[in-house]
Amino acid sequence: MSLYATTSQTVGPYLHIGLTWLIRENLVGPGVTGEPVTIQGRVVDGDGKPVGDALVEIWQANAHGKYAHPDDKQAKPLEPGFKGWGRAATDDNGVFRFTTIKPGRVPGPGGKLQAPHIAVTVFMRGQLKHLVSRIYFPDDPANAEDPVLKFVPAERRGTLIAKKTGAKGALEWNVMLQGAEETVFFDC
Amino acid sequence: MSEVTGYRRPYPGTQPDYLFPRYASTVKRAPTKPLIVLPQTLSELTGPLFGHDDVKPSDADLTKQHAGDPLGERIVVTGRVLDENGKAVPHTLVEIWQANAAGRYPHRNDQHNAPVDPNFSGAGRTLTDTEGRYRFITIRPGEYPWRNHYNAWRPAHIHFSLFGPAFATRIVTQMYFPGDPLLEYDPMYLCVPDEKARKRLVSTFDWETTIPEFALGYRFDIVLRGSDETPRDVSPGE
Repeated sequence: MSLYATTSQTVGPYLHIGLTWLIRENLVGPGVTGEPVTIQGRVVDGDGKPVGDALVEIWQANAHGKYAHPDDKQAKPLEPGFKGWGRAATDDNGVFRFTTIKPGRVPGPGGKLQAPHIAVTVFMRGQLKHLVSRIYFPDDPANAEDPVLKFVPAERRGTLIAKKTGAKGALEWNVMLQGAEETVFFDC
Repeated sequence: MSEVTGYRRPYPGTQPDYLFPRYASTVKRAPTKPLIVLPQTLSELTGPLFGHDDVKPSDADLTKQHAGDPLGERIVVTGRVLDENGKAVPHTLVEIWQANAAGRYPHRNDQHNAPVDPNFSGAGRTLTDTEGRYRFITIRPGEYPWRNHYNAWRPAHIHFSLFGPAFATRIVTQMYFPGDPLLEYDPMYLCVPDEKARKRLVSTFDWETTIPEFALGYRFDIVLRGSDETPRDVSPGE
């Protein structure tokens, strides 16, 4: 190794100035196939208070399980209307939301398929580096055999699985920074 | 063509922990349970890509976004985005934001009693070129007080956000200015034990990019995680 990766620093309280020009809460362009979902959630701190100055970014495959990226060499179709990336800022109640589609399965360690999931990064004042998590989908039988969920203690896996909230395709997934329901965060 | 199999783990002491009580806001926002080591899969080895549809050349000149010239000292900020293997990171999105010359952000949460500059918004973005180079024209940001501790002041800084080629290479950082006396009192700057890592956050004055009779040049290179060329065990739990 000849160089060292630059040290991460916080986005601070004024992140909106530099980052909200590229808010992308709806990932679904024309002609995109797949099961539509809306994901709404809250970011909550260790006092149970909403975090109104967080930024949430998501990255996911399309409904065929293909990423819009040249390093995804799988022989699966790309859809021009789906780039797979989103960015949302939380409001004063700590709420963020995305409109997207449920991704297909992509390969994981050892070539085993992973359950459908969305990769998440969360940025905020009070964090010197961003958090990494994942959103999985409720009632998906593939969750039981997911090679990443396997690394998570069984009693904490639920924090990674979105909950149905009534309306068709409406899901809730929260970012609990601390406490009994603390979300699982990854070191990747 | 070599396929990326994973990105390097951070060198010890060069990346902050989540909990760093000297930076008071970390206390209620840092995870308390251990992170789960995630094997890097296709989901982490790919990531969003941006192009010239997303940014226009004028986005890189923060002094030309309004009718008049912003107040303050005009500067040129340039650098290269490389990975840990020394390879240029081309065509990657670089987003920056900063205070104005008086140390004030045009943001509803910034209550600092310093003037807002109607000719300065403080946001810019660009894509690196084929050799990983970026260039912004802006003004030197002012220092400003914050409420972390008694008489707390942030050193002058510019926020940088970068994507790199993959989800795993995402980074947000801050660039500081050489000789700033506030650095050694700043909890954010001091957040890692490795002094050399901290010093790499400080830009260097640069004659080469200084424009005669116009603007001083500062150079700030950014290093993203590099691909791990030796095969690694991608299943740490097995």
